[in-house]
Amino acid sequence: MSYTIKGKTGDWEVVIGLEIHAQIISQSKLFSGAATAFGAGPNTQVSLVDAAMPGMLPVINEECVRQAVKTGLGLKAKINLHSVFERKNYFYADLPQGYQISQFAEPVVGEGKVVLDMADGNVREIGIERLHMEQDAGKSMHDQDPKRTFVDLNRSGVALMEIVSKPDLRSPEEAGLYLRKVRSIMRYLGTCDGNMDEGSMRVDVNVSVRPIGETELRTRTEIKNLNSVRFVMQAIKHEAERQVQAYDDGEEIIQQTLLYDSQKDETRPMRSKEFAHDYRYFPDPDLLPLVLTQDEVEAIRGALPELPDDKKQRFIDDFGLSAYDAGVLVAERETAVYFERAADGNDAKIAANWVTGNLFGALNKAGKSIAESPVSADAMNELLGLIADGTISGRIAKDVFEAMFETGKAAKDIVTEQGLEQITDSGEIEAAVDRVIAANPDQVADFQGGNEKAIGWFVGQIMKATGGKANPKLVNELLRAKLKG
Amino acid sequence: MPININDVKKIAFLARIRVPDDALEPLAGELSNIIGWVEQLSEVDTDGVQPMTSVADMTWPRRADTVSDGDCADDVLANATEPEKKSDGGFYTVPKVIE
Amino acid sequence: MSTLTDLTITAAAAGMAKGYFTSEELTIAHVEAMEQAADLNAFITETPEIALERAKESDARRAAGNAQGTMDGIPIAVKDLFCTEGVLTTAGSHILDGFRPTYESTVTTKLRDAGAVMLGKTNLDEFAMGSANITSYYGPVKNPWKGQGDGKDGKDLVPGGSSGGSAAAVAARIALGATGTDTGGSIRQPASFTGIVGLKPTYGRCSRWGIVAFASSLDQAGPLTRTVEDAAHMLTVMAGHDAKDSTSAPIAVPDFAAGLNAGVKGLKVGIPKEYTLDGMPSEIQALWTQGMDWLKDQGAECAPVSLPHTKYALPAYYIVAPAEASSNLARYDGVRYGLRVAGDSLDEMYEATRGEGFGDEVRRRVLIGTYVLSAGYYDAYYIKAQRVRTLIAEDFRKAFEQVDVLLTPTAPSAAFAIGEKMDDPVAMYLNDVFTVPASMAGLPAISIPAGLDSGGLPLGLQLIAKPFDEETLLRAAAALEAAAGFDAKPGGAG
Repeated sequence: MSYTIKGKTGDWEVVIGLEIHAQIISQSKLFSGAATAFGAGPNTQVSLVDAAMPGMLPVINEECVRQAVKTGLGLKAKINLHSVFERKNYFYADLPQGYQISQFAEPVVGEGKVVLDMADGNVREIGIERLHMEQDAGKSMHDQDPKRTFVDLNRSGVALMEIVSKPDLRSPEEAGLYLRKVRSIMRYLGTCDGNMDEGSMRVDVNVSVRPIGETELRTRTEIKNLNSVRFVMQAIKHEAERQVQAYDDGEEIIQQTLLYDSQKDETRPMRSKEFAHDYRYFPDPDLLPLVLTQDEVEAIRGALPELPDDKKQRFIDDFGLSAYDAGVLVAERETAVYFERAADGNDAKIAANWVTGNLFGALNKAGKSIAESPVSADAMNELLGLIADGTISGRIAKDVFEAMFETGKAAKDIVTEQGLEQITDSGEIEAAVDRVIAANPDQVADFQGGNEKAIGWFVGQIMKATGGKANPKLVNELLRAKLKG
Repeated sequence: MPININDVKKIAFLARIRVPDDALEPLAGELSNIIGWVEQLSEVDTDGVQPMTSVADMTWPRRADTVSDGDCADDVLANATEPEKKSDGGFYTVPKVIE
Repeated sequence: MSTLTDLTITAAAAGMAKGYFTSEELTIAHVEAMEQAADLNAFITETPEIALERAKESDARRAAGNAQGTMDGIPIAVKDLFCTEGVLTTAGSHILDGFRPTYESTVTTKLRDAGAVMLGKTNLDEFAMGSANITSYYGPVKNPWKGQGDGKDGKDLVPGGSSGGSAAAVAARIALGATGTDTGGSIRQPASFTGIVGLKPTYGRCSRWGIVAFASSLDQAGPLTRTVEDAAHMLTVMAGHDAKDSTSAPIAVPDFAAGLNAGVKGLKVGIPKEYTLDGMPSEIQALWTQGMDWLKDQGAECAPVSLPHTKYALPAYYIVAPAEASSNLARYDGVRYGLRVAGDSLDEMYEATRGEGFGDEVRRRVLIGTYVLSAGYYDAYYIKAQRVRTLIAEDFRKAFEQVDVLLTPTAPSAAFAIGEKMDDPVAMYLNDVFTVPASMAGLPAISIPAGLDSGGLPLGLQLIAKPFDEETLLRAAAALEAAAGFDAKPGGAG
């Protein structure tokens, strides 16, 4: 199922590397005590350090370091006990210091890997090149005034992790899977909320193409600042096709920075990055090297939560779930948490079916996320309990679930209000069986003539007569006894 | 290595400092002199010597993750050269940038 | 009693404690001196109202029995590199036009909390880049000393730099003490040129928070005073750990004035042979030898030591300091404070603002710094210089295995005339040849006025000590000071 682009003279493959800029979850900024919350008034979450007032100095937020190490461990990566913050020097409206404090030659996290579950059931391992910490820039607004750009520094200094993949990705789909997987790992760890529409995760994509079989990397372009998984996939597809077309037309690809216009589905060069940059990195003399001890790292490792790959394996091993179901359930942390709560004390396989079937279906239809589900995990747990203890039948449970989803009421309340408890009184069921047998002599003859399957028809009639509440097992037993007798 | 006029133009742009045309040549001379003088460092054998990153023999100080600063837009904008009035939004402004 | 402006900090504090005079009287005397000496151009901003207000507060504290210590009520000058709340702060640069910080530097906050009275903000080389105080946007500072002979007759001399205004103010009896900053000699060399004491503490001893940065790995605040004891009193207040500065040392601050008179018996004094320069005036060599004798006479042992990489400290400094400066000065972009020169695009606004806002020397250093960090040159210049810096620090470390302090001249010459050495930046840089090595190694060092040259101009001797051993440094300095008995005053003062 490899992804290829048809060119004039043959097939091409695309080579993709991603740089994810993930906002670290923290109360305050990387080097100042200003708040990081989203959506505050302009320049209200800015300290004198963030505004680069003369004489202001950075002091590192230890929680941000812990979060970066945690993420590195989640990516199965090497943690560098000695790392260095450097200054990346360039001028821009939203960069008040005239440099970004970042890590360059010595990042806090080295090589790691991420495992992707492909649609065809195979797995692909994608290499992580590095993870480093850096400050975010402020925000420029170009459309507020005809002659001026407005600058808000609220984001200036917010801690980011830049996660750089190796150029191991080979299709837009793989890029999408990779992004979702990294996001999922960070959400499990609580190190980044991954909300791309709020800008807390942004992606730069490096794309090049080459004829199938060629091993050298060709010139790549970089598409900056993509803010949804879908746009990343679209932009890669567009850019790869553009490059193949260019080669077919005898043109060269020039290394440049592009912006992607999702509405027109096109890329264009970024004007403000026309000039070749020379960032003049050097160690920030306002900060000391970041030195961690192995003990500190091990303490963080020891406190890591279970991550999606491990959780999936546990769901398979302990609950007997299929790899597919387990994969679906662990993909998002919220889903996995929901499932484990719902399944607690119940049959895990049945719980998995309910979550991936009925719940996902209803959420999809309602356009809601699992966090917004009107049926909480505890409510689902109760519903599954009612099935397990025979209070309601599986069939009735579906109606109860729908009512729960609509009203938000508890399963027990709905069952009581609507009188949906399963009839387990054999006398009551026997009466219904007798009535149905008496009213349908032809079908009785058919069954007694050897058509065993006709029993299903009788069951249906009795369920109809009891409003679906009769215990199916009892109905079967009584029917067989009476019909054969 | 001597610094020529084009080098001066290039580094002046990197540093965003406008240098009048008539100052380029004298400046190239001065900078070349300085660079020529510091190049005596090449005499020093530094094989295997670590570059100094800090004279301070200390471990990095750590700040607890609490909100202890910010919420001072008036201070932040107090000296701005062309600020938006706070009633208009409280932004810094620069000549329009086209991305 | 001598005039109030001629007192030392120690004597003035004692006078106030005994009720001989008030801080207000002391401050008025200094404000008048400041007005009379306006010609020196030692101040960029005078703050007599603030001074009188704080003097009255000090007197009120004292009357209520809450006097804070030696610095309470003492009129001082503040180098205009320290950000002062609500008071124009320029760094001697056009680019900070109109900048009034909404905050106060840690060091000046400590001085203020200790009761010191700020007379004003002193002139300096632009962004502290210079050794003669001739690069200030606000014009050169004149040295209160006048020389004779050697073509200096009647000419205005430089006070040294970059803390030239602070040095001139203290030497001219305008302030009892002043804050300075020292990156490669900016406290010690002007102290030597103006016949006063200048102390650069260990890197990390005083917080850099709120001081306009020149070269972050080298900048360090310190006092300029007329006596070693005064320097000790001021440093005791200025020093201390600051959680807002990551390079500030979490080390306790002793009372530096306490052990000053313990003497130097048995103290091992190193004489680095590499500090003997070809062509150095014989007077300076003679004074240096005299300094050794003064210490030996008091029981110290002098021994030659070698600091083999001394010669390379200055060129390494002129890579490292401009590199850091090129980055530190990037924030002066016309957006959030200071000068803005209009431009049609963002880049044009930056280029116009910075082109007009920076003077020649700052422009030169920013360009050098940009060059040595740029692609293809970083390893050859910046990394090379930082390796050499490691070797320089190592030289000192080894020397301090044998000796307690080092004795050297402070500067290779006495003050020179304003206008001299202007054409050749490298010749100007050589002023700092004896002060830069200790800066590169982050060591504490002090300049003591030790004598006059044949033209009647002051010359200083420098002592250098181990990291955070300011106590030994000051003890040796006090011994040297006592032996030198320097009591000459500049013609214009007292």
